Amino acid sequence: MKNTISILVENKPGVLARIAAMFSARDYNIDSLSVAETMDPTMSRITCTAVGNDLQIEQVMKQLRKLIDVIRVINFTTANGDFITREMALIKVKARERNRAEIMRTADIFRAKIVDASRESLTLEVTGDEEKINAILELLKPFGILEIARTGQVALARGGRRLMDRHSGSAKSAVGEKSHRPGGR
Amino acid sequence: MKKLTGAQVIFESLLRQGVEVIFGYPGGAVINLYDELIHYPQIRHVLVRHEQGAVHAADGYARATGKPGVCLVTSGPGATNIVTGVVTAFMDSIPVVVLTGQVATHEIGNDAFQEADILGITRTCTKHNYLVKDTADLARTIGEAFHIASTGRPGPVVIDLPKDVITGEAPFEYSGRFEIRGYAPVTSGHPGQVKLAVREILKAKKPLIYAGGGIIHSGAQRELLELAELTQIPVTVTLLGLGGFPGDHPLFLGMLGMHGTYGANRAVSHCDLLIAIGSRFDDRATGKVEAFAPSARIIHVDIDPSSISKNVTVDIPIVGDARNVLARMVKLLKEQGEVWKGARKPWLEEVRRFSAEHPLRYEPSEDVIKPQYVIQEIHRLTGGQAIIATEVGQHQMWTAQFYRFTQPRTILSSGGLGTMGYGLPAAIGAQVAFPDRIVFDIAGEGSFQMNVQELATTVQYRLPIKIAILNNRALGMVRQWQELFFDERYSETSMDVQPDFVRLAEAYGTVGLRAAHPKDVVPCLEKALSIQGPVVMDFVVDPLEKVFPMVPPGHGIDQMILEKPDKKAKKVVPLTFPS
Repeated sequence: MKNTISILVENKPGVLARIAAMFSARDYNIDSLSVAETMDPTMSRITCTAVGNDLQIEQVMKQLRKLIDVIRVINFTTANGDFITREMALIKVKARERNRAEIMRTADIFRAKIVDASRESLTLEVTGDEEKINAILELLKPFGILEIARTGQVALARGGRRLMDRHSGSAKSAVGEKSHRPGGR
Repeated sequence: MKKLTGAQVIFESLLRQGVEVIFGYPGGAVINLYDELIHYPQIRHVLVRHEQGAVHAADGYARATGKPGVCLVTSGPGATNIVTGVVTAFMDSIPVVVLTGQVATHEIGNDAFQEADILGITRTCTKHNYLVKDTADLARTIGEAFHIASTGRPGPVVIDLPKDVITGEAPFEYSGRFEIRGYAPVTSGHPGQVKLAVREILKAKKPLIYAGGGIIHSGAQRELLELAELTQIPVTVTLLGLGGFPGDHPLFLGMLGMHGTYGANRAVSHCDLLIAIGSRFDDRATGKVEAFAPSARIIHVDIDPSSISKNVTVDIPIVGDARNVLARMVKLLKEQGEVWKGARKPWLEEVRRFSAEHPLRYEPSEDVIKPQYVIQEIHRLTGGQAIIATEVGQHQMWTAQFYRFTQPRTILSSGGLGTMGYGLPAAIGAQVAFPDRIVFDIAGEGSFQMNVQELATTVQYRLPIKIAILNNRALGMVRQWQELFFDERYSETSMDVQPDFVRLAEAYGTVGLRAAHPKDVVPCLEKALSIQGPVVMDFVVDPLEKVFPMVPPGHGIDQMILEKPDKKAKKVVPLTFPS
């Protein structure tokens, strides 16, 4: 299953490398990754999506928490409460006279913006969750997609709660970690 | 405020951390540090002969004392030479602080002379690492490093020190207080989980304690003993747990795992409750996990949440410090009165029967020295009071089996990484910490040669380490696997070409002794113990001796080879425990 994990980290050089190195050293996969500073310039937020079974993802979470530069971690996919995810994509599509209008109609349906146009191409900017991006890509495919650039997901919990408020004042590692027994031992 | 140089800040900070000794090796990037060291006679510097020796010595010092060991090396090759030692400490959770020199900040990334990205290289094998870019950050960084190395699950921390940071100046302020918002190890153990664990212990008919290095790190030996005696639960330990429970105690079953005792492994296979404390279900302890404690509920006490349910899923996880959690368990159990008195009798009898069926043994000989015999005699002659470092291989397992460790911090052995060449420098670290104790390095001739250069260190500092080489002229453990599982194809495991270790010791300026016959063993050891300085003993042992029992690789610990298989047998068939 795909898990959307949000990580608050110290905004210091090398922190991203630590996280990437942990994933690679333990043979976990990151599907997408996005990083940027938060409102507090001493912190960055990393949003990553990772695929694995419950046991693997639980290990990923524990290993992330173990890193000294990691301040808070949440797996939105398994945590209580709803969350929103968004991704932005730039899509460069082959566009001739005859199908230009149709591409623009498709863009309209998805509330995508045309951000660049040339005689042979249109570049669309589209924002949405992963499904929406995949859907527009599917519809644009017949015109011929020349190139795409995706940002990877970013995510936030719905409602007023902040990640920084979780386990406030105490350790980032939960006491009495959840255990799994799929597959027996 | 008066400004100090980076070098002064470093030593002032180390002094405030209570550092008394540094194991190190100088070089260009740290020459200013070494120049300043002259003004700090309170800090003893032990000059090793290879940087790997420095970090193993710091590790041995830490294992023997419980205090963080400190190591100082130069940039580039000095730094890369510490990697094996850092991983060794990382795998066994040993608090070590490594100071590495680095080229000046403006040269970093330019492929400067003796530049290596030690931060990148050690990223996944340290608990944390730092590159200090400003002299003003030095004191705080060193404070943090010691705090991180020695609290929670201990581990190595590397601090990379660019030359201009060492020579730069900054006001010195050492508060000893710092906030690391991403680091707050849970030590106390969740009270609800502890209660659940106690309930399981009361319910269990066949409980077993499986204790590891966490007992040693947290100093929980008294609490462990109290728990075991109070509830009459038998105890097995891992290699790193040796000494955490008295080896001569009637509830002690010996080590478990690949070369564990029949009694311990069989108890694991039959228990209905496994209480894992400060042990991490390493594959050498569990064998095939599907066959590990198949009928048991599992309680797992560990300070590192990521150790829990990593290899084996557990029923009652307790994140916390072993000593703390055990003390709470004992307190709760005592409130129950002596409800288990007598209740454990059938189980204890069963377990003792297991142990009696196939105790640890070897075939004594009057013609050839049995390596186990040497270890037993070392135990006898030292009254079990020595600090024993080991290298890695057969001699390490024989030491674990036959030197009955009764006290914590008396065995220094690379368990997780299995680092050959660890023993001699580790023994140096221990002997520096405890000049008056007897320190042995029990070695194989293969491992010994991997850091043999450190003999010069023992001579320079008159460290009276007794090195007992159990010389079977082969890389014995690999050879054993080749004999048992590779149809005796002995590919590249012969150590027939080797130095004359007696003359080698003499060449280094110390004493070498040789024993080639069983009757020479005791006189040789006695002579070595009577000599004030380091001694190398070359014991010519039976080259065919193997470590038994043995769980064949890939098997469950309910399957063991107990003795030398029949020559005619085509394939080695392990004995499977009756259920």
